[in-house]
Amino acid sequence: MSQLIVVGISDYKFAKEPEVIVTYALGSCVGVCLYDKVTKIGGLSHVMLPDSTSFSAKDINRKKFADTALVDLVQDLKRAGVGNNRMVAKIAGGAQMFEVQPGSKLGAIGERNIICVKQALSQLRIPIIAEDTGLNFGRTQYFDLATGTMKIQSLNRRIEEF
Amino acid sequence: MFNNYEELSDMQIDVLREIGNIGAGNAATALATILDEKVDMSVPSVKITGFDEAVQALGGAETMTVAVLVNFSGDGNGMIMFLLNVEDAKSIMDILIGEDDSDELSEMKISGIKEIGNILGSSYVNAISALTGLNIHVSVPYIAIDMVGALMSVPIIEFGAIGDKLMFIEENFNGETNDLKSNMIMFAEINTLKIIMQKLGLEI
Repeated sequence: MSQLIVVGISDYKFAKEPEVIVTYALGSCVGVCLYDKVTKIGGLSHVMLPDSTSFSAKDINRKKFADTALVDLVQDLKRAGVGNNRMVAKIAGGAQMFEVQPGSKLGAIGERNIICVKQALSQLRIPIIAEDTGLNFGRTQYFDLATGTMKIQSLNRRIEEF
Repeated sequence: MFNNYEELSDMQIDVLREIGNIGAGNAATALATILDEKVDMSVPSVKITGFDEAVQALGGAETMTVAVLVNFSGDGNGMIMFLLNVEDAKSIMDILIGEDDSDELSEMKISGIKEIGNILGSSYVNAISALTGLNIHVSVPYIAIDMVGALMSVPIIEFGAIGDKLMFIEENFNGETNDLKSNMIMFAEINTLKIIMQKLGLEI
């Protein structure tokens, strides 16, 4: 097996088969896998915040936000040879790690991230074909570019493949 | 003028460090009271560090960790997260509540940890109040046991707008029968940091 390509928080990486990309311990962040099964090229974006528009545009890290990171990753994937209409998405994360009182904004971050990732993907016309989001636990997300499989590992839970 | 943690001057970081020191002192006193024994503490290490470095210092992103989170608000706003390795959490609760055979933390032990996290969090907030005269109060504590990277993403997301650095306080409490290594991360809104600095007579 090849070396794992590790994606940190507020970052994305892309590669081609037989590589495996991983992002560790997604909490309220959302991990987005984009894949083209023809070229077997794909990318994984570890999105931290829903929306960049409330921040001053000049010095934001575009890889941090759902609305900017996914646009950029799609551009990079197209440059790497991925066809326009072939990309599909698998997403994971967006958990509510702490059980807080209803109405607390603390509990809503994961959900907001999921909503904004879905909006961004819909604007990019990329269908979501698998999803393991929400609930209250952390997830490590593996993305195998040979098969396009997303594998989710959590503490005290069975490994799930999508 | 600073707009995120990266832009703090050395002197401003020293102020945060001092708050960390006083907070740790308060925390040691509080722990001694709960454990009913003398608790010494090491000089805490207070660092302004990146997310990844802090996660590595805690054993790596997937390490199973107990986290207690408290919000503070009032004249100053922010969040404090107290992080404890599961083994340490078990052994301190064995002393407080009594040993059991289970590998899991019982409900009772979990609420004990939550209370200790609450007391430690309050110790730091009281340090800020005492130094600055600001009126700050803490929320009820929230607890979760999961991968440390996933837990720490919660405050970093909440304060993601003020940069990717956080204040990381590492401290050893040495009791007569048990040692406890505590890690805390503290986030304050940038305006709160400015108010703290101003109150202490530093230029911002």
